[in-house]
Amino acid sequence: MKHILSQVFHSGKFVVGFCIFMSILLLMIFYPIFNPGNPLQIVSIGTFAEPGIYVSVYDAVDSDMNTLKLDEAPAKRLDSVLKSEDRVKMVMWFDAAGIPVDNLSIHDTEALLTLWEENYDATIRPEGMTKADRNYFQRLDGNLKKVIVTHDKVLARQDPSSSELSVIRTIEDTDYVNIKKVANVKRLPLGTDNFGRDVLKELAAAIKTSIFIGLVAGSIATLIGLTFGLLSGFIGGLVDDFIMFITNIFTVIPAFVLLILISYSIGQDQRGPTTVAVVIGLTVWTWTARAVRSQVISLRNRDHVNLSKLSGHNLFLIIFTDILPYIASYVIMALILQISGAILAEAQLSLLGLGPKTTEVPTLGLMMNWSMLYTAHLNGYWWAYFPVILTIALISFSLNLMNTGLDQVFNPTLRD
Amino acid sequence: MAKELCLSGKNVTKVFGFGDKKTVAVNHVDFDFHVGEFVSIVGESGSGKTTLAKMLLGLIHETEGEISFLGKPREIKGRKQKREYWKEIQAIFQDPFSSYNVFHKIDAVLLDCIKMRGGKKLPYEKKVEMMTEACSFVNLKFEELTNKYPFELSGGQMQRLMIARIFLLKPKILLADEPTSMIDACSRATILEMLQNLRNEIGMTIIFITHDIGLAYFISDTVFIMEKGNIVEYGPAEKVILNPEAEYTKRLISDVPKIHEEWDLSTV
Amino acid sequence: MGKVMLEVKDLKTKYITRFKEDVYAVDGVTLQIEEGKSLGIAGESGCGKSTLALSLMGYYFAPLHYTSGDIIIDGRNVSTLDTDEVRREVLGKEIAYIPQAAMNALNPTQKIIRFIEDVIKVHKPEMTKPEVYEMAKERFHILGLPEKVLDQYAVELSGGMKQRTVIAISTILSPKVLIADEPSSALDVTSQKMVIKMLRDLMEKGYIKSMIFITHELPLLYNVTDDIMVMYAGQIVERGSAKDMVFDPIHPYSKGLMGSIIVPETGTREHELIAIPGTPPNLKKPPAGCRFAARCKYATPECKIYNMEMKEFGEGRSQRCRFSVEHLREVYANG
Repeated sequence: MKHILSQVFHSGKFVVGFCIFMSILLLMIFYPIFNPGNPLQIVSIGTFAEPGIYVSVYDAVDSDMNTLKLDEAPAKRLDSVLKSEDRVKMVMWFDAAGIPVDNLSIHDTEALLTLWEENYDATIRPEGMTKADRNYFQRLDGNLKKVIVTHDKVLARQDPSSSELSVIRTIEDTDYVNIKKVANVKRLPLGTDNFGRDVLKELAAAIKTSIFIGLVAGSIATLIGLTFGLLSGFIGGLVDDFIMFITNIFTVIPAFVLLILISYSIGQDQRGPTTVAVVIGLTVWTWTARAVRSQVISLRNRDHVNLSKLSGHNLFLIIFTDILPYIASYVIMALILQISGAILAEAQLSLLGLGPKTTEVPTLGLMMNWSMLYTAHLNGYWWAYFPVILTIALISFSLNLMNTGLDQVFNPTLRD
Repeated sequence: MAKELCLSGKNVTKVFGFGDKKTVAVNHVDFDFHVGEFVSIVGESGSGKTTLAKMLLGLIHETEGEISFLGKPREIKGRKQKREYWKEIQAIFQDPFSSYNVFHKIDAVLLDCIKMRGGKKLPYEKKVEMMTEACSFVNLKFEELTNKYPFELSGGQMQRLMIARIFLLKPKILLADEPTSMIDACSRATILEMLQNLRNEIGMTIIFITHDIGLAYFISDTVFIMEKGNIVEYGPAEKVILNPEAEYTKRLISDVPKIHEEWDLSTV
Repeated sequence: MGKVMLEVKDLKTKYITRFKEDVYAVDGVTLQIEEGKSLGIAGESGCGKSTLALSLMGYYFAPLHYTSGDIIIDGRNVSTLDTDEVRREVLGKEIAYIPQAAMNALNPTQKIIRFIEDVIKVHKPEMTKPEVYEMAKERFHILGLPEKVLDQYAVELSGGMKQRTVIAISTILSPKVLIADEPSSALDVTSQKMVIKMLRDLMEKGYIKSMIFITHELPLLYNVTDDIMVMYAGQIVERGSAKDMVFDPIHPYSKGLMGSIIVPETGTREHELIAIPGTPPNLKKPPAGCRFAARCKYATPECKIYNMEMKEFGEGRSQRCRFSVEHLREVYANG
């Protein structure tokens, strides 16, 4: 046993696959510990908040402030409102309004701003410019005015009864707040999804559900396939014919079509993750059965099985001691492939809207389904679907890699 | 011959498949094996000798004909009858490397034999004594084998352990299916000597299946020559090998390289 | 004395396992074969016979690695060539190799003539297809193979016929040395005899200049080759003419091997079989002194210390045992 393990971990492919899979598992286990709570809780109002660290403005203004004199601060502030595409647009406005822009470089911020301040007039309606464009320039002008003119900002409180404003605090452009001192800071490494839920937290929970579905479906498929394969291969004759008949029926009907039909007929309310897992498990066992059967047939005629028969052992003893241990490595490899297949099958089903019902747990497929329904892929909200796709790909890739690694260990002819 | 009949067959036939794919592996053969005899069945691959062996063992059923055991028709329909029958007939197979379950230790292999002989309730010391005796019969030391796995032994040692197993089981008949073809010539002599000991000391009937006509001549009392499912010639070894009558036997003998006699290559 | 066709001097090759251990499978083999002669190599499995056959081609691929020594084919040292040169210039033309399962190497989707065309294309590109066909036809005719085989596929041929066809294909360029590694042991006795007859014909008609024949079947070796060499644990322990080796073996290991011969002829039943206990040593760590000492019933403690070289005695005979030939003969005579 120890020897086999050391052999297994000598295989580079297996180790790489194992590391990838383990890191996914670690994410699944540890992220919810650091970030507890219901993964489906809605944290943001509005959809698709970008990934990042969110600082509570309400708390920040009350925090102790330090004064930092930073030379680059004004420039950065300007940059945050004046992106390079804004600069190009500004030149386009000058062009449209007939203002000469010779020798003007869009990187020369000072010249650009001076020209803008001198000439911009919201009332001018250059020809061919749409209302949306004009609004954009007005917004830009407003933003620019905010940052160029460094007035202090005044914070006031409104008295609810008299509606009077009383100044609490003046904020200068050199005031800074230590993020640690702000009571409420929310880190959303992968932003929020269409419902405003923390994507990473949801992802960690989804991995858990999907692996659960994979394990249950894979085990069911392997168990059925193994039992049928063993019986049909070892007993042979009519039993073999009958089991192969059933297996062939399941093989010729594409498993996925069967899956869709069963999922649909079960109905939305009944479809929990376990039901979906069982449905997947019940439809994909055929190739395990066929593979096990062919292995058993080649083992059945080995002399040690004949000797076991001659020693008067009964059928089940022979199967459990003389057949099963020989194909155990093979079955484990089949199980790994079945798990990876079941995770993919769940993702496909859910993408079609036939996955587990949506209110209780997220699954990888459901997350893709949601982001597709809310057109995240068309609007560039990559954080809502890309990490999910990557996770599915990595789980499937790592499981297959581990399988290939195991194959190399157990199948000496594949060794180099 | 005055000797008591041990295993005999009348019209024994085995047909595989049906319709167009029908193959007659063993074709209406008759044979009589006597108690304490060393019988060889010689044939090339495809001659049906292994199929015949499996029928004798009761691992596959004959399509036609009847096999008698100790003068009475053999009854091995039920599991219990089979179990009883297998106490009387045991086998050694060609490939020692595939004859053992690699997950079982040597002790388990031997203990299983003791259990089969009804020694399940014996004290452990007695069992060890029996295993030690069996191992020393085949020139192996039980102390060195205990807690080892069969694959840690060489091919010759594994085959000897198989004989130790037979020694423990003490069946009336031993069927040896090419027991020496996978091991080196130098270890072959030991195996053959042990088979002879089983016959001489325990009085076992030994059915030796081989493709090597020289080996059959060297070791057996009676030789059966099989060709394409038929027994073409049988009789005492001296007579069959030195004065063969069937064309097939003559050809088989002339095709084997010899040392003292000229090997005539012109006949092919 | 004829022209020396193949000369091997102190050849050493080894396997490197997956765990980077060295297995010294051929450990200092020296031999030579003259034109028109054949040499048989005998020994148990695991003694390095097949590795020697592979090594003699000078074509090494992992896990087999060349360590030292020379292989000289008709005056040309091939052990210094790189693998590409060996494949282009030596294999097939100078030296041909037939492994045990050679017959399974034929691609079932090709006609037999295609294989011959392939061989010719590399070495004699100037020949046209009809010329190749004529040449193959003639060669097959002389070797007693039916001409129609050329237009058949491998699957249509029986095992013995396939093996003979492979031999005919590999010797089509009339190599100087043919190495046959158990060419007939997977066949039934009749096909075996045909293969042997064909090898004899090839030698007699001069299509191959010399032959090395490897097998564990001693009666076969006795009938096929002029000389026999016994190998044990990567080394040669005895060499001599076939007759001498079978009827008067000197080295205790050869004695044991020859004592295990069984043939269907008068006297066999009276003859006592000799068994050699134990197994060949593990070649990862070859034992010091005589490598056979651990299994030899005549060994003394000194045998495990002194490393012996081959000693010549009599005509063309040599052996490795520490004891004198007279002493050994006397010991054998007294049982």
